[in-house]
Amino acid sequence: MRFSRTKMALAGLLPLVTPMLAHAEDKLSSGDTAWMLTATALVLFMTIPGLALFYAGMVRSKNVLSVLMQCFAITCLVTVLWALFGYSIAFGGSGPWWGGLGKAFLHGVGVDGLSGSIPETVFMVFQMTFAIITPALVVGAFAERMKFSALLWFMGIWLLVVYAPIAHWVWGDGGWLGGKSILDFAGGTVVHINAGIAGLVAALVVGKRNGYPTTAIMPHNLTLTVTGASMLWVGWFGFNAGSELAADGTAGMAMAVTQIATAMAALAWMFTEWMVHGKPSVLGIVSGAVAGLVAITPASGTAGPMGALAIGAAAGVGCFLGATRIKRAFGYDDSLDAFGVHGIGGIIGALLTGVFCAPSLGGAGFGDGISSIGQQLGVQTLGVAATLVYTAVATFIILKVLDLVMGLRVSREAETEGLDLALHDERGYSL
Amino acid sequence: MKLVTAIIKPFKLDDVREALHEIGVQGITVTEVKGFGRQKGHTELYRGAEYVVDFLPKVKLEVAVTEALADRVIEAITQAANTGKIGDGKIFVFPIEQVIRIRTGETGADAL
Repeated sequence: MRFSRTKMALAGLLPLVTPMLAHAEDKLSSGDTAWMLTATALVLFMTIPGLALFYAGMVRSKNVLSVLMQCFAITCLVTVLWALFGYSIAFGGSGPWWGGLGKAFLHGVGVDGLSGSIPETVFMVFQMTFAIITPALVVGAFAERMKFSALLWFMGIWLLVVYAPIAHWVWGDGGWLGGKSILDFAGGTVVHINAGIAGLVAALVVGKRNGYPTTAIMPHNLTLTVTGASMLWVGWFGFNAGSELAADGTAGMAMAVTQIATAMAALAWMFTEWMVHGKPSVLGIVSGAVAGLVAITPASGTAGPMGALAIGAAAGVGCFLGATRIKRAFGYDDSLDAFGVHGIGGIIGALLTGVFCAPSLGGAGFGDGISSIGQQLGVQTLGVAATLVYTAVATFIILKVLDLVMGLRVSREAETEGLDLALHDERGYSL
Repeated sequence: MKLVTAIIKPFKLDDVREALHEIGVQGITVTEVKGFGRQKGHTELYRGAEYVVDFLPKVKLEVAVTEALADRVIEAITQAANTGKIGDGKIFVFPIEQVIRIRTGETGADAL
């Protein structure tokens, strides 16, 4: 999110224009508003149907509906909870840890309210779409075996206890990580590391799927996965360029670096796999693209085009190793690589954001009061570590409590039959 | 009368059908099947996880012909389906006890 940093830099560079900018802050800009309405729709499109299809193609045909259902239901659940409490916890007021309950039930969010140069309603829904996709990303870690009821409880609690506070730390008024000048333009820490770590913990607590890794558990329809990944890519322009909260030069650069990093990461994954395994795969190139999108997310407001190229290359290779080598070495069943792609890609992106924001490397500059790569890297590392620890501990506790109260997993019989029939009395394909 | 059953590589089906047509075969039955022989299966790789798929797709064709034509059918299939590589398939020949054309009730060689 832009907030103070970009505006302050602009103000310093262009003192003559400052009064106009300050004025623009208080007045609705129809150009900014038009873009943000569009960006919000794009980000919602990332989850339904983008992410839903991306994941649905990777599970077995007997579980295709369960994954689509999980993503769709999370979209609905988070929307309601965001309106009731989530928005207020994240953006309701100022403070280091949370925004309070001043805007619970969207109290005071009216037609005339502004957030910068856009209506607060637009800002609230834009942030809501981020809150939707983050828990939906976690689904990939425990696909094909989690109880739907437990999933709803987990996602609801996790949103309010984990996501909303961390969003406040980084983007909220007075948030403690934001105060340390962490650079997280569009949510590398808040969205991707957060979801990735929660996914890893969930995969460990819920346990492996029956038969993993000894029997073949193969993607049932990679055409869905390619379709979903492509929708994610397109939607991500809303995610990254929209995080400027305005239609301006930074938004334009965010779009450019997003495109470049994504393409580079897709090629990096493809060529690495080609070298290691002898053939370039479709699942590989689209996974690489998602890894690139994840990694450029925190850097999209500060990196230049060549920085984006470097971040993309690092993400493509790094996430390839994460999803193939690290997972196998430790033996956890992060089924669709929520951690391998979002966790590892997010960490690579968060750290490299601290490097490629440097003006000497084509970046837009460091955070407020920071003057070197080393210093910025220190803040970025702190952000990664804080998110990692808080998310891991909170996710673990929520899951353990739910496991005691209601159980997290479906029965072995239901898992073998497939969640579509066992939990929803439906099948994805009647061919 | 003989029933010639052949398991062949799917992409050779058109060649075999043409070769059989040329020697005067009137009809064949084709089924898509899966199996393995000495070629064994193949491996598939998804995000670094390797799976051995035991059964390969093949095409099974069945041709019912007179004794006189049987050897030429076998020869035609052998030639048309041959690539020289492992996995070209096999031909099985069975004697036929009786043939009946359902529409007319004809039997024996007349029904072929």
